[in-house]
Order: sequence, then C-alpha cells, then structure tokens
Amino acid sequence: MEAISSIKPLLAVIVSLIAAFLILITGERARNLREFWTILASVVKFAIVASMVSPILEGNVLEYTVISILPGLSLQFRVDALGILFALTASFLWIITSFYSIGYMRSLNEHAQTRYFACFAIALSATMGVAFSANLFTTFIFYEIITLSTYPLVAHKETSEAIKGARRYLAYLLGTSIAFLLLAIFLTYNAAGTLDFSNQGILAGKGSNALLTVIFILFMAGIAKAAMMPLHSWLPAAMVAPTPVSALLHAVAVVKVGVFTVIRVALYIFGIDLLSRLGLGTALAYFASFTIIAASIIALRQDNLKLRLAYSTISQLSYIILGVALLTPSSMVGGIIHITNHAFSKITLFFCAGSIYCAAHKTNISQLSGIGKKMPWTMTAFFIASLSMIGVPPAGGFISKWYLALGSIEAKEIPILAVIIVSSILNAAYFLPITYKAFFEKQDDAHHEEIKEIPMVAIPLMITAIISMLIGIYPDYFLTLTKEVIRLR
Amino acid sequence: MTAQAPILIIIIPLIASFLNVIIGLWRKRLCYPLVIITLGLSVILSISILNTVIIQGVIHYRLGGWEPPWGIEYVIDHLNAFILIIVSFISFTIAIYSKRNVEQEFPEKTVYFYTIYLLLVTGLLGITITGDVFNLYVFLEITSLAVYALIAIGRDKAPLASFNYLIMGTIGACFYLLGVGYLYIATGSLNMADLGRLLPDLYHSKAVLVAFAFFVVGVAIKMALFPLHVWLPDAYTYAPSTVSAFAASTMTKVGVYVMIRIMFTVFEPRFSIVMLPSTEILGWVASGAMIFGGILAIAQTDVKRMLSYILIAEVGYIVIGVSVANRMGFTGALLHILFDAFTMACLFMAAGAVMHKTGETSIHGFRRLHRRMPLTMAAFSIAALSAIGVPPFAGFFSKWYLVLGAIDAGKWIFAVLLLLSSLLIAIAFFRVIENIYFAPSDHAHNGVGQEEIVRDETPLSMLVPILTMAAGILILGFFSGKIVSAVIQFTVPGGF
Repeated sequence: MEAISSIKPLLAVIVSLIAAFLILITGERARNLREFWTILASVVKFAIVASMVSPILEGNVLEYTVISILPGLSLQFRVDALGILFALTASFLWIITSFYSIGYMRSLNEHAQTRYFACFAIALSATMGVAFSANLFTTFIFYEIITLSTYPLVAHKETSEAIKGARRYLAYLLGTSIAFLLLAIFLTYNAAGTLDFSNQGILAGKGSNALLTVIFILFMAGIAKAAMMPLHSWLPAAMVAPTPVSALLHAVAVVKVGVFTVIRVALYIFGIDLLSRLGLGTALAYFASFTIIAASIIALRQDNLKLRLAYSTISQLSYIILGVALLTPSSMVGGIIHITNHAFSKITLFFCAGSIYCAAHKTNISQLSGIGKKMPWTMTAFFIASLSMIGVPPAGGFISKWYLALGSIEAKEIPILAVIIVSSILNAAYFLPITYKAFFEKQDDAHHEEIKEIPMVAIPLMITAIISMLIGIYPDYFLTLTKEVIRLR
Repeated sequence: MTAQAPILIIIIPLIASFLNVIIGLWRKRLCYPLVIITLGLSVILSISILNTVIIQGVIHYRLGGWEPPWGIEYVIDHLNAFILIIVSFISFTIAIYSKRNVEQEFPEKTVYFYTIYLLLVTGLLGITITGDVFNLYVFLEITSLAVYALIAIGRDKAPLASFNYLIMGTIGACFYLLGVGYLYIATGSLNMADLGRLLPDLYHSKAVLVAFAFFVVGVAIKMALFPLHVWLPDAYTYAPSTVSAFAASTMTKVGVYVMIRIMFTVFEPRFSIVMLPSTEILGWVASGAMIFGGILAIAQTDVKRMLSYILIAEVGYIVIGVSVANRMGFTGALLHILFDAFTMACLFMAAGAVMHKTGETSIHGFRRLHRRMPLTMAAFSIAALSAIGVPPFAGFFSKWYLVLGAIDAGKWIFAVLLLLSSLLIAIAFFRVIENIYFAPSDHAHNGVGQEEIVRDETPLSMLVPILTMAAGILILGFFSGKIVSAVIQFTVPGGF
C-alpha cells in the first residue's frame, strides 16, 4: 500500500462549496444559471471522485494535508477503498438528485429555492469530507457541517410542524455529537495520543477494558446519524423536508455518514481484534438486530409513505452496522456493499414518493389505490426497488443479504441469521402491499383528476431503479472495491 | 519610530481624545475621521510591536528614561503584544461601525462620545502595555470612568445600569488598589518584574496573602466573573450598540489578562497554584459561570441581554483554561480570548444593526430578519455557531484546546461541564436562529399570506465591520495551529 499525495480529495470537497457560493450569488433572478451551477458541480465532483478509483484499486491511498491544527492533529484527507465506495455512491446520486430536485421544486413552485440548493451543495461537500477524512478530528468537523447544512433543509417548509421537526433533528444530531461523540473523541485522543485512522485500530492496549467499553458506548450514542435505536426518532421527524432531501440526504448522505463513521470507529479506531476481544462486536450486532426488527415492525404500521420509508431506512442502516459488527470477512463485505445497494434502492423509493406527491399530491399509502395505472413508470420503479430492499435475486439487495447471511454463519451466530430472514419477510410485508394496492386495487373515489408523471421527476427514478437492479446482476465492480476494503485489513 | 512604538500607542489616542474636543467644537464632522485615523495608527503600531517582540524578544521601554523600579516601565512580551493587537484591531473595527449608530442614537453627543471612546481605548491599551502595578491601576480607572460615561449615554435604564456598574466597578478598583498598597508596604516596589523578584521571600507574609486575594477579587469584578457578574447584563443591554460591542469583546478579555499577569508574573505560578490553591477555586467559579451563564441565557427574551449572559459563560471558558494550569489549557484560554473577542464583537454589532433598523432587540423582533438583512443575519449565525463551539468555526478550535487542557489536568468534570455548557449555549442561540430563518411571519395566518419583506440591509459602514468579524471567525480557526506556534506558545508561564 502506497500513499500518494494528491489534491483531488480537497478538490472533491471544495467544488460544491464553490457551487454553494455561486448559487447564493446568482439567486432567484437567474434560476437556470443557478441550477446550472448545481448540475455542473455535481458532474465535476463525480468526475473527480471517479478519477480516484483506479489508483485505489491498485492498492494505493491518496493523501492530502490541508492544515495542521495541533501537533499531530491535522485537517487531513486520506482516500481509501471504503471512502471511495461511499463517495462514489453519494456523488453519483447527487447528479441524479439534482435533476430530480429541479423537477420537483419547480413543479411544486417551492419557496426559498436558492437556500435549498445552496444547503444541498454544502451538505454534499461535507459528505465527501467525511468519506475522505484521515482522522476522527476531520470526520467530526464535517459531521457537524452536515448537521448544520441540512437543518435549514428540514425546516424548509417553515410551518410549525417543520420547525418542530427541525428542532428535534438538531437536538438529536447536534446534542448527541457534542455530548457523546466529542467526549468519546477526547477520550480516544487522551488514551491513544492520536486520532488517525489505522487499519489495526489505535486503541488496542491503550486503556483498561472498562474505559474502552465506555468509549465505545459513547461513540455509538454519539453517532446518532446512524439512527440506531433508541436514538432514531430524528429521522422520521426529518421527513417534513422536501422529498429530494429525504431521498439523497436522509436515505443516502446524512444517515450513511453516520453508518460510515460507525464503521470507521469500529474498524479503524478500535480494530477487529480489540472489538472481538472485548465482545463489543457481538453486543453491537445484537443491538443492531433489535433495531432491524423493531423498526420494521413500526414501519408496518405507518400509513404515510415517507414515514414508512424512514422506518425502513432505520432498519436497513442497521444491516450495515450488523455486517460490520459481526467482524467476519463475508459479513463485512455484505455490510459495506449494502451502503451502495440501499442507497440506490432507497433513493428510488423516495423519488417515487416524491413523484406521487408532485403528480397526485398524495402522501398516504391508503390513498394509492389504482395509482399504478396512472403512473406506471413510477410504480414499476417502486416495485423494482422494493425487490432490492427485500433481497430478491437478481436485485442488488440480494447480494448484501447473501453475504450477511454467510457472515452470520461464519460467526456462528444463528440468531442473527434468523433476524435476517425474519426482517426480509417483514420487508416484504411492508413493501409489497403498496405495489399491490397501486396496480390491482380499483381507485375508489369518484372524481378522476388528471394525474400525469413529470418527466424531470420520473426519469431520474427510473435510472436509479435500473441501476439498483444492475448492481445485483453485475456485482463485480462494487464487490472488487468492497473486497479491497477487506483485503487491506 | 519602531523604538518609540510602546509609548506612541498610548500617547496617540490620548492626545487625539483631547484634540477631538477642540476639533469637534469647530467641525463636528471631523471627529469620525480623526478617530478612524488614530485607531488605524494604533493597529499599525500594535502590529509593529508584535513583530518586534517576535523578532527581538521582550521589549523594555522606560518612560522618561527613569530606571525601574523607580520609574514606570512598559514591558511587552508575547502575551501583551497579543492582547494589544486584539484591543486595537477591535477598537478600530468598532469605531468604523459606530458612525451610523452615533448619528441615529445621540447625534448631539458625537464629540463627547468619540472623546470618551478614545480615552477608553487608551485605558485598555495602557492596562495591557504597562509593567507597573500602580500605573495599571491608573489606566484601570481611566477605562472604568470612560465606560461608565459611555454606558450612561444609552437608552431606557442605562443611567441606572451605569450607576450599578459604577458602584461595583469602584469596589473592584478599590480592592485592586488595596492589593497594590499592601504589596508596596511589604516590598517597597510597584514594578511587576521587581515584585516578582522580591515577593518569593515574603510568600508567608499575611499581608502578601491578603494582597493576592484583593487583587483576584478586584479583577474578578472587573471581568464579570460569576458570581460577581451582576452589573454586566443591565449595563451591556442598555448601553449604545457601539459601546456594548466594544466593551463585551475587549474589556472582559483585558480583565483576564490582568488576572494572568497578577497570578503568573507578579506572583509565581507555584504560589498561585500550589501554595494558595487559587486556580482550583477559580476553576470551580468558572464552571459556575459556564453553566449559569448558559442557563440564564436561555431564560432571556432580549437578544442583547442573552448575549450578555453568554459573554459571562465565555469568560468562564477562558478562566477555566487558565485555572487548569497546563500548557494546553492556557493555550486554549488565549486562543479563546482572540476568537471570543471576534465572536462577541460580531454578535453585539449584529444585534446593534437590528436595533438600528427595527428599534428593538427582543427575540421576537428577529423574526424572519433573514429576508430583510440577509448578510447581517448570516454573520450573526456564524458568530453564534462559533460561540456554541461547532466546527468549522473558530470557537470550536479554542474549545478543543480548552477541553484537552482540562483532560490533561485530570479534571474530567471540567471537560464534561465545558461540553454541557456548549449545549446550553446551543439552545439559547438556536431559539434566535430559528426565529431569524424559519419563524412563520405574523401575517401568515390572517389570510394575507407571505407578506413581501423588502430587503433592507444594514448600512455599509456597519455591515463591513460585521462581515469582517464573521470572516475572521470563519478563517481564523483553521490557523489556530499557526497562531499558537507563532505567538501563544511563548506566553505560557514557566512551570506549566
């Protein structure tokens, strides 16, 4: 493994910051130019990220130190396979979401679009920052920027409901990060003398078992973005945001940053050996299992489509954590590749929810009878993405679940295997009825208003649906990257 | 000129303040340019002084060529050079800001306002630069008298607030003077360095112990250290915007500076830390400041008053950094002096701009102001986030050092309280931020719908200083490593 000095990670972070600035300057007066900045930045960002893939696949890492803050503590980027996998997913989906956003915001004639697009760009910047950070210090800085930049997006509607949701969002994310995460980081720094991510972990032998356990618990409580129970209720509250925000940020960027940070802490701060010695991996796995099942059951009872998707997200995020917590090679592959799989399928589902809202102004599942005939593309995409969520082959979700199941057997944790199976059934139970309702139930209300899909909204969701299927059929590309993560361990 | 810089930086604003009266009586318009030029000069001089200190080391300047300890000596090391720059730069920036505020609030008092303002700056610079405890007292009184007068100019209950402050401030000054007197009786010297040499033999003298206690209590009143803060909220709430911005960002910081000088230059660290556990006591007092400042800030309905309580909490942060008595904590305290000066200046100036435009500063009055004055509100939000200590803003970096300092000292409880206080301040500020950006407008529910708010930004002479501070808050944090290695690392007292 070779460290190559490269400014690319910094560029990937900065490009959308510049875009945010340009968006603010351009403003409402020249809407097309403003949207052009978003599109341009997303494409450029993806290009930069993509250009970093091949050196990573050759087994190298890219490094860039921005500025040193304390001796031994810098704002520093280091791009490895795990980071690039996440960055690739997020930056690619930003391109699609940008088009979708434009279609969505314009068709609904939303207010404060300048603020919306600017905050979106900043949030993506910070997402790249987390993906590429070389130490916990850098991670924390970008972690907090994400919270701050998405807060205006959650409060976007400016109704009292939106403000309450945003308040809860902030209280959970900012509160836990200051009270627990920051404290855990200080404890780590004090014990290990460094915050750099290392393949072996940095905490082994640096403190008593009790201390290390406390640090681990503080970390898990502090990273509320991963939405593990009981610190999950900010995510349903965040559903008051416009749908593209829920789609990219609350199904991909924000929550995956949480999960990503959990992975970084588990594998690169603690390290596999230490976690298994302390038995923390297994404990985390059971915690995640509880979230998987409980969130799925709650999802069953939601009539609001976005809320059902939100609880599904909570459940699916814990798959990723579960995969890593089992600490076997297969389970880790399953968990890490689920970052991408879940991203593509869940964003599709949210896009569909938004598409229904734009075209028919419906938000509840009970209102969806017969809508499949009027919005065939949307509901077909919804069906495909549901299959991936459930884990039916050949959809992408199957790959994750296959590896997860393998991993649970490798770890000799048969209860976990049962959890995976039960939750798949639950997934089917809360997703398939929606498709059934849309295609096979008759619309009951008498008045038939004109419902037409909006192309700018419908095309992006078809693209993501197709890709979520393609990942399952051609998993090699992502599997190579994922296995690169495991190989380096 | 460089050689005479230490005296020029005091003399120029002092002379200018008298000149200002004469010029002002002739042409009132000329006061403002005079103040700007004068304070611009002090910025340049303070930079040149810091430069000299960095290159040549400590400057000893003897007034009138008299040898210390008989004559007055100005001693400038990295510590006071650092504070000098902060005071002169903030005073310059806020002077630019003052123009419209003065024109609006008290146009008939322009001349006297600027005269006293210059005296106030002179006093603060003097406190910072002098190496003589009695000379320091003289400047302390100049500062105090000037600020009582400036606060009394303000609205509503300002004269009463100023009177309260005067009573408390005078008690504080008396304590300080008593301390000076006791030390003079015990040693026969007033020069700080000389005292530092003479005192170690007398550490067991009761008079010296009492003198130390007088010093600390006197200074604690001046810097509004909890629970001696009661004068501050009223005074800063009712003072004219310019005055509260300047006083909030610099006076408390200079107070902390005096405390550091007394504890670690006049007395030795081993006296202040080991023989008399003053740092231990200060640490707990400062914890109280952080927590109660935060809680009381949440309870306020007026933004300026809320900021006052947050300032009290921030003083607690700085004192905690000093009290843990190690390199990391002290570095954090000094960084926080710099960052908090910027933050408080920005917050109070932005609140002043709101006052200027809307005539009130209640939290309710901030509703939807982002439509009316977007840039000012953006600056306010940036400064608020910095005060909370959220990355990537400056306040985060100084708090990082402060918490590490507490941990290094084994004072876990302080580390936890620091984080807890951040949460309290976060609640206080997000109440305002929520109002600024998302509060439903008053007219929304009575059918008028989204009312058209015309953009009505703060006048440029107020906006530029506000944005300068906000830019500083955005950028400076990233350079904290550089600031520490260039200046702050040399200010840490020996033995830390």
